[in-house]
Amino acid sequence: MDLQAFALSLRLAAVTTAILLIISVPLAALIALGRGRWLAAVEALTTLPMVLPPTVLGFFLLVLLGPRTAFGRGIAALLGHPLAFSFDGLVVGSVIYSLPFAVTPLVAGFSSVDTALVDAARLLGAGPVRLVSSILIPLARRSLLAAIVLSFLHTIGEFGVVLMLGGDIPGATRTLSIVLYDQVESFDYAAADHTALLLLGLSVLALALIYSKTRNHGVGRA
Amino acid sequence: MLNFSLDTRRGSFHLQVECAFASDWTVIFGPSGAGKSTLLRLLAGLDHPISGRIALDGRALTETAMGLRIPPGHRQTSLVSQQPALFPHLTVAANVAYGLRRLDGTARKRRVGEMLDLVGATDLAARRPQDLSGGQAQRVALARALAPAPRLLLLDEPFSALDGVASDALLVRLQTWLRDNKVQAVVATHDATDALATSADVLLLRDGRHTALGPAADVLASERDRIALRLKVS
Repeated sequence: MDLQAFALSLRLAAVTTAILLIISVPLAALIALGRGRWLAAVEALTTLPMVLPPTVLGFFLLVLLGPRTAFGRGIAALLGHPLAFSFDGLVVGSVIYSLPFAVTPLVAGFSSVDTALVDAARLLGAGPVRLVSSILIPLARRSLLAAIVLSFLHTIGEFGVVLMLGGDIPGATRTLSIVLYDQVESFDYAAADHTALLLLGLSVLALALIYSKTRNHGVGRA
Repeated sequence: MLNFSLDTRRGSFHLQVECAFASDWTVIFGPSGAGKSTLLRLLAGLDHPISGRIALDGRALTETAMGLRIPPGHRQTSLVSQQPALFPHLTVAANVAYGLRRLDGTARKRRVGEMLDLVGATDLAARRPQDLSGGQAQRVALARALAPAPRLLLLDEPFSALDGVASDALLVRLQTWLRDNKVQAVVATHDATDALATSADVLLLRDGRHTALGPAADVLASERDRIALRLKVS
């Protein structure tokens, strides 16, 4: 097993999940509780990576973050290296690619919280931050768990965006999915078996965690 | 003193009212769908009118012409609905303390105790909302609404789950407390006996328009006669 790729995949998934949590919780609260037609556009943009082919998304990001655009050149000047074909670039791509997998369960969870509770908290002086932290998150904690697990797993398993944006650089952008692809391409099916089983095991374990929490805490809460 | 002039629409429903409530205890009386809850939500700042103004003791809370909308929680206004809406993940004491963030721990604890005592729910402090009866939950919701010391208390059929005797006893205690603490109350009900039970001013609301405002005995004279006739017949 390629331990370096395994560690890199875990690091990429952990960093991506942490960033996604910071972005997704306020974004989901805005979508679930906000008013205004413009929110439909926000929701559509958030969901777009779910339906866009990963290679297309990877290609767009490769162009955007590369030296062809002013944005890409600006980022390169700021960081001292281009984002494309780097771990940082993979994080950016993964955050965008996995965004709907974090936001969608949270929107569903926050939307299922009784609006009378939200009104009661607002009447008692809760601002947006307190409303989210003291009412929405505790009442939709299983949705939060689902968002964390799905983001993590989706990042671990992503392939198209990683290959397009990061290439196959050992220690920098070669994740487990890329290793699996390389192993199959070189007809090393025994090694591919191990890598695929590892990815499968991670997925089953994480999903079992979500469903066990759902069953243990009964019904009635998101 | 509560003044308001409001114009709003919800689908085909059109609410258009202009009133001044000077009484400590004013009842908004009207059938279901008359616009009572809509009016209370506007007064609480949970919804916004298309146009209009709300002022409490001379302080503008909503003024659409100037784009002023003081958010709920900053209007010194509390609302208790028919549905108690207690936070299910918090104990009764924590529910009552939710709006007391600015108080230190000791003052908060004392205030929670006072409020639970007022509504006769001291023994419920450690319970969770799901372990309460409908009437107990309504008492706790009332304590939670009163805890932050509002200037205006809005009650939307809040005692519907209490039996008559319990409701009357609580009402007497509540009215005394409100008077002592100079809190103005506005109560929405579709039950004429509730409206007639207090020496209140009554706003008669029908189809989103106010048709009368004055002492209960005058405004609800026809309702009183109808109830008396029903009692005589039975």
